Amino acid sequence: MSKIHVSTTVNGDPVEFLADPRETLLDALRNQLDLTGTKEGCGTGDCGACSVTVDGTLVCSCLMLAAEANGKRVETIEGMAREELHPLQRKFIEHAALQCGYCTPGILVAAKALLERNPDPTDTEVRYWLAGNLCRCTGYDKIIRAVQDAAAEMRQDHRGAA
Amino acid sequence: MARVHLWASLRRFAEGQEVVEVDAATVGQMLDALERAHPGLGPAIKAGLSVAVDGEVIANNRSAPVKPDSEVFLLQRLKGG
Amino acid sequence: MARDDVKTGYKLIGTRPNRPDGLDKVTGRARYGADFSLPGMLHAAVVRSPHAHARIVKIDASKALALDGVKAVVTRADLPTGLTGEDLNLQDNTLAGDTALYDGHAVAAVAASSALLAQDAARLIEVTYEVLPHVTDVDAAMAPGAPVIREGVADYSVPEGMHGNVARYMEFGHGDVEAGFAAADIVRAQTYKTEATHQGYIEPHACVGQMGEDGRGEMWVCTQGHWYIRRMCAAVLGIEAANLRVTPSEIGGGFGGKTTIFMEPLSLALSKKAGGRPVKLVMSRSEVLRATGPTASASMDVKLGMKTDGTITAGQVYFRMQGGAFRGMSPIGEALPCAFACYDIPALKHEAVEVIANRPKAAAYRAPGSPMAAFAVESLVDEMCRELKLDPIEVRLKNGATNGSKSSYGPVYNVIGLKETLEAAQAHPNYAIPLGPNQGRGVASGFWFNHGGETSVTLAVGEDGTATVMIGTPDIGGSRASIGLMVAETLGIPYENVRVNVVETGALGVNEPTHGSRATFASGKAAVEAARQAIAEMCRRAAADWGIDADAVEWKDGAAHPAGPNAGKFPPMTIGEIGAKMGSTGGPISGHHEVTAEGVGASFGTHVVDVEVDPETGRTTVLRYLVVQDAGTAIHPAYVEGQYQGGAAQGIGWALNEEYVYGADGRLQNPVFLDYRIPVASDLPMIDTVIIEVPNPGHPYGVRGVGETGITPPLPAVASAIAGATGARIRSLPCSPPKVLAAIKAART
Ligand code: FES
Ligand code: FES
Repeated sequence: MSKIHVSTTVNGDPVEFLADPRETLLDALRNQLDLTGTKEGCGTGDCGACSVTVDGTLVCSCLMLAAEANGKRVETIEGMAREELHPLQRKFIEHAALQCGYCTPGILVAAKALLERNPDPTDTEVRYWLAGNLCRCTGYDKIIRAVQDAAAEMRQDHRGAA
Repeated sequence: MARVHLWASLRRFAEGQEVVEVDAATVGQMLDALERAHPGLGPAIKAGLSVAVDGEVIANNRSAPVKPDSEVFLLQRLKGG
Repeated sequence: MARDDVKTGYKLIGTRPNRPDGLDKVTGRARYGADFSLPGMLHAAVVRSPHAHARIVKIDASKALALDGVKAVVTRADLPTGLTGEDLNLQDNTLAGDTALYDGHAVAAVAASSALLAQDAARLIEVTYEVLPHVTDVDAAMAPGAPVIREGVADYSVPEGMHGNVARYMEFGHGDVEAGFAAADIVRAQTYKTEATHQGYIEPHACVGQMGEDGRGEMWVCTQGHWYIRRMCAAVLGIEAANLRVTPSEIGGGFGGKTTIFMEPLSLALSKKAGGRPVKLVMSRSEVLRATGPTASASMDVKLGMKTDGTITAGQVYFRMQGGAFRGMSPIGEALPCAFACYDIPALKHEAVEVIANRPKAAAYRAPGSPMAAFAVESLVDEMCRELKLDPIEVRLKNGATNGSKSSYGPVYNVIGLKETLEAAQAHPNYAIPLGPNQGRGVASGFWFNHGGETSVTLAVGEDGTATVMIGTPDIGGSRASIGLMVAETLGIPYENVRVNVVETGALGVNEPTHGSRATFASGKAAVEAARQAIAEMCRRAAADWGIDADAVEWKDGAAHPAGPNAGKFPPMTIGEIGAKMGSTGGPISGHHEVTAEGVGASFGTHVVDVEVDPETGRTTVLRYLVVQDAGTAIHPAYVEGQYQGGAAQGIGWALNEEYVYGADGRLQNPVFLDYRIPVASDLPMIDTVIIEVPNPGHPYGVRGVGETGITPPLPAVASAIAGATGARIRSLPCSPPKVLAAIKAART
């Protein structure tokens, strides 16, 4: 099968690669671009470990073909910290919101997408937004607290800046 | 002699005895003596046993001391998740 | 909790610093099993049996091997023969021999230049099967007429006359059970069932293996215990353990399921056949669910005698468990002693059989056996409390095990915290919240033995006075942080000056896995001993420099101080100063400790859960949840809480949703997360925790393992809360909405 030339932007960097027509965006990120921070937990869209954003929309990269990313802007966990950690990343460490850490990249990407839409969510809103991101270790308690604490800090900073 | 309590399903390998008396100064000697006296216990001992000596669990230490008046319970070797 | 014997005044123990591996894990840099790659690496795929039980007539790989880029195919014929016992079981599970024993059993493996190509090639491998009769249910497997799925599976313990699928038998007890029942005011007996569940770690099994013609190899793998991987792979492949070097990756959860091998030897065998090129093997989720680590399913009879004041006079259990098609995999040996471990009852009888069935080879799952046993015993205790209108915590306090009581399985408990957990649960505000309509409250206690095990740790002092600690227990939930805290506390240096590394099999003596709640207990204990050894050496170096006796030097606050008659004669010599000149005072300074750690402290917990049940749909909502558990000493309380919460969430999943569903054809019906439904964020409330600290005398800082007990009480507690809410008792997990709805309807009529 001939491969498809894909040209896209990942975390702001222009990248090009040849994709098998069956290759998922997840596999291309991990195997072609060495961006192994995005994880596979199921490959069927059920666990959220592979969460990335494509043109700002939160997607399961295991359910998207690499070829579909052509011309799009992809953001992964590796792009989340700029000069310093994103408040969500910092708060996850401070609140011990990770145990094994395998779900963490996907949850951080998903939580960031939530706070961009809704900077002041209720606990229930956070829980429903993250319902597609499985965590087997934590029971979610500390994850919810870390997201809320990060949200509060980001609102504070936002007000400070305004 | 130390008194070694066998769990019920082991007793048929020791002529039905519930308690076997063994002359041993360590857990290792105790297990070896048990097996010599009752070869039928061999497979259970080889499968791995923990013991409790005078109430204290000895998970896996052949050199742990056994006193002449010790009460010893044999336990299944435990594992965990 | 205030107690006289609690040592206080720690500087670091009990604080909540950031974990050292946190940064890597929030930025995506941490490398898990599938994140590792090597130049020239091939990818592999596994061919699995679609049948629950089938003779393998023929395997034809010619079409696969004809594809460009396909490098090697491995079948059982490539593995050595002559193995026995558990080694043979491991080999039989790695690749089926003559017979495929369960849906998903590996039959062949193929390596190719890409993962997609390997999958294509796997589909081209033609396997001819002759389907055989199968059985998957625990009770059906030992019913008269059930097909005997493997001849000669019984071990020495099985008495004559039992069904051919019975593999092991166990019985023990004490006291006169019949007299105990005769002395009771009520005697009740019930049967309870739990379905198999999966550990459900989010990271699928993954490894990269490399092995040359000479049988020397290397492996990178996500595992709870890389020495186990080494020993098991060596046994299955017939190579020497020393020739295999195994490096653990970061691990995305294990819960017991990563304490053994599944497909790891295949990567090595394929690599050898492919001229030594490294081979990566990553399981899909459905492979994980079909072919790895579920827990046992259980069917359990319980009988209890109780007086009207709540005194339990006698207890009896008969457990039947299946752990797949292999002997020795069900946790009967753990479930039985766990059954009444929370109680001090004068007369008890325990009996269990293990039966084999056409299901995957079970692996350990968090407190193996204890959740099932608790579901049976704690459910019946609750049923009798409700019948006699007794407070379930009072009844547990009345009959509960305490310091010095003889455990149900033989040993005497020295210092335990069950009573403290019950009292704290009783005093917690959650226990007093009034319940609304369709709401119910459940209480249960749980137990785990805890484990010490083989442990080897090295600590090296750096030239700048920092310390590097080498441990052999992979860090699944923050153990680097807790071990770093204990070492820093012992050395008297800042936490940030200690780096804890999980090292490969070539760097330390044999370590058991991170299992049995042992990492912080045993590696921590050994790390403290290693630090003390380094301190003794540093005191000697300082003494030699000062020209005084080493005995006249004491260590405090990270420095050697002249003591006794020499006190104040010299300024303290800090670890940094000693490290800076160690090259000229005798050479590198390190400490090393290895031990089969004894002195574990038994672990107890008590949970209180409130639920609301929708009477129209049978759906259960968990309103609030409380975990109270004894940690001995909580080294890093945030990660202790995390273990409590995570265990509770897994137990809630087992109670409400999770189950292996087999069809009449013996195939697993739900091998994806959509259908094997683990709790998601919107299913759960916050999980309140209370950490009880009754220090364990067997650990330098009083640690008890905390990882496992938390999964145990939720099964009976949730079912009891549902009974409280609806009047309907579910005795067969999970309490799925259809089952609860049917039970409500049955209770009404
Ligand atoms: S790997 Fe994509 S949702 Fe699980
Ligand atoms: S921290 Fe392990 S899956 Fe979430």
